[in-house]
Amino acid sequence: MRTANPKSIALWSVVALVGAAGWTVLALSRDEEVSAAWMVAAALGSYAIAYRFYSKFIAYKVLKVDKRRATPAERLDNGIDYHPTDRRVLLGHHFAAIAGAGPLVGPVLAAQMGYLPGTIWIIAGVIFAGAVQDMVVLFFSTRRDGRSLGQMARDEIGPFGGAAALFAAFAIMIILLGVLALVIVNALAESPWGTFSIAMTIPIALFMGFYLRILRPGRVSEVSLIGVSLLLFALIAGRWVAESSWAEAFTLAPSTLVIWLVAYGFIASILPVWMLLAPRDYLSTFMKIGTIVLLALGVIITLPTLKMDPVTDFASRGDGPVFAGSLFPFVFITIACGALSGFHALISSGTTPKMIQKETQVRMIGYGSMLMESAVAIMALVAASIIDPGLYFAMNAPAGVVGDTVQEASKAVAGFGYTISPEDLAQAAKNVEESSLLSRTGGAPTLAIGVSEIFSKVTGGSLKAFWYHFAIMFEALFILTALDAGTRVGRFMLQDMLGNVYKPFKNISWKPGLVITSAVVTGLWGYFLWVGVHEPLGGINQLFPIFGIANQLLAAVALAVCTTLLVKSGRLKWAWITGIPLAWDATVTLTASWQKVFSSDPRVGFFKQRSIYQDAIDDGKVLPPAKSMDDMHTVVTNSTVDGILSAALALLIVIVIADAIRICVRHVRDPLSSKLSEAPFVESKTVAPAGLFATKEEKTELAAASTAPAAPGDSS
Amino acid sequence: MTAALRRAARWMRWYVRELTDESAYERYVAHVRKDHPAATVPSRRAFERMRTDRQESDPRQGFRCC
Repeated sequence: MRTANPKSIALWSVVALVGAAGWTVLALSRDEEVSAAWMVAAALGSYAIAYRFYSKFIAYKVLKVDKRRATPAERLDNGIDYHPTDRRVLLGHHFAAIAGAGPLVGPVLAAQMGYLPGTIWIIAGVIFAGAVQDMVVLFFSTRRDGRSLGQMARDEIGPFGGAAALFAAFAIMIILLGVLALVIVNALAESPWGTFSIAMTIPIALFMGFYLRILRPGRVSEVSLIGVSLLLFALIAGRWVAESSWAEAFTLAPSTLVIWLVAYGFIASILPVWMLLAPRDYLSTFMKIGTIVLLALGVIITLPTLKMDPVTDFASRGDGPVFAGSLFPFVFITIACGALSGFHALISSGTTPKMIQKETQVRMIGYGSMLMESAVAIMALVAASIIDPGLYFAMNAPAGVVGDTVQEASKAVAGFGYTISPEDLAQAAKNVEESSLLSRTGGAPTLAIGVSEIFSKVTGGSLKAFWYHFAIMFEALFILTALDAGTRVGRFMLQDMLGNVYKPFKNISWKPGLVITSAVVTGLWGYFLWVGVHEPLGGINQLFPIFGIANQLLAAVALAVCTTLLVKSGRLKWAWITGIPLAWDATVTLTASWQKVFSSDPRVGFFKQRSIYQDAIDDGKVLPPAKSMDDMHTVVTNSTVDGILSAALALLIVIVIADAIRICVRHVRDPLSSKLSEAPFVESKTVAPAGLFATKEEKTELAAASTAPAAPGDSS
Repeated sequence: MTAALRRAARWMRWYVRELTDESAYERYVAHVRKDHPAATVPSRRAFERMRTDRQESDPRQGFRCC
């Protein structure tokens, strides 16, 4: 038995105390303003302990990671997609791939229930579910030459479960793109500054693409530096444009923006990758990492005070304006990325396993990156909770509820139980040089207000408008990239499916097939976007729950695959590691879809909503917030589509889980009947540390293996 | 002091080049020279084209999440 040394016992006791102090203050404070420092302390303390103990236990006791076993990167090294990558580089890669708009938007919306439920779910969720899922998927995919989640579902569960997983991934992609595009529309509508700077990203990216293709191939750092400088210039120029006579050309109504975005998504996805997508991706990655680092520093330097209540009345009443439904289950599906996100399973299987140097590094890459993303979600929650709650609700309630003037909005906010004067509302918009902040739903504008508040404190109380548009630009930038990349992935899946019916579709460079499938995918997410903008009942508050359900459904698929694999690989007694998160995730998702389908509260249940509006149409009446008979028909169509979609997604979860249980039971009854498609053991010839810093023994090993490629840092 | 700064700068340069995959070409050349000594090494231009074409043919490579 190994004994711990007193120094490390003392260190971890202090870490535990810091975390516990954070939780205590958050949990006990009522009717007084709490510093965000406590939230940061609770989060970082919990992460450190979870990483040190729980992730280590999973890696070494459950998965039994083996540093002597060669990874696919070592065995199949082709110098391109399979190649052993330094762990610190791969950590950056993996983090940049999993973190996007998701962890920034969800927590902002969930703040309507107060900051406490969100904080608890983000921290507990990541420790016991999200990070575990990412790490276990990464481990199993690494043992299978980097096979994708869909392939693993097919190989290990069966063709039925595999098909359900594939269909789920496609549905999620479509809904995700619709929701992300809607976030952009809400942030850019009637904002010439924002629209101009975002529009400028297109010529900037085209220039960068040309530079990398023709002028100086592969010089990514220099072109990114040029690109980011141009981007910041476009941001500053946005203000001049907004104050000039050009302003009108860039002041677009939401419905016009929808057309632009759909056209952009379609054209971008059929252009060659080098022209727009690749350079855009460099830009957004640079901006993403830079802004996240700045935000973390900003929160830590300013340590702002949380103004939102710990738990609002909406948590129990379920009639919140941002999204309807009560705390359980809706907080747990609204905050997906940052706590538990099924989408990550697509990254953890596929790209990352082909680059990992050592099996022992799955802990740092899988678990560690997810903890980092969770920290991003906590910062988003801080940013949403430090702004005046009155302003928060005026910005996030649907237009039909808030009204068109600051006076009406002030009254509507009073109706929610919060106060903000019309003058303060007008001043808040003026501070960031926007014509109005009323009903800027979608999370991005609220986050931008919070970010501008934090950053302007660092820059001495000035530059509020600049930082607001900086934050908008940063989010819009990578959402636009996601629209392009996501349309391509959706198209790829569709080509694959259609290829079974009509052969030429399988050939992905067949131009007509490419154009048709691109148009179908853009059309599908375009439909949700159009509906989101024209829906009198709101848009984000209707669509975001479906997105959350879909994302958590994919997590259920990933966790079901992990649990099945744990059972089949003889780790039955450890199956609870992913089994309990799966049970929780399934309960949450199925309860949410059940309520979305069957609830008798028209704000929650889609079919109840449908029947109320249908009855009114039959009586020839127009129900507010609908303004015309056309609106009424829009509501009926949308609630039907949304309701059917929620039911279909729930059905898919049940199918996948039932199929996984069948395989597990069969294996327990007759272990010989199941076969495991693991790549055979090959002895590794390289040495690499497992964690961020090499331990003493690892340094000795590294020194002994002089053939190992020397990366700066490890030798010192 | 200056030695430490220089080392930090070198490390940053290495990290950024690795993270952006700017070093992909050198890595590929090293790989070809080592494992397939008889094969010809493509020019950087040709290599970068091949890399984007690969991404074109399977967009799931290098996909990013929400």
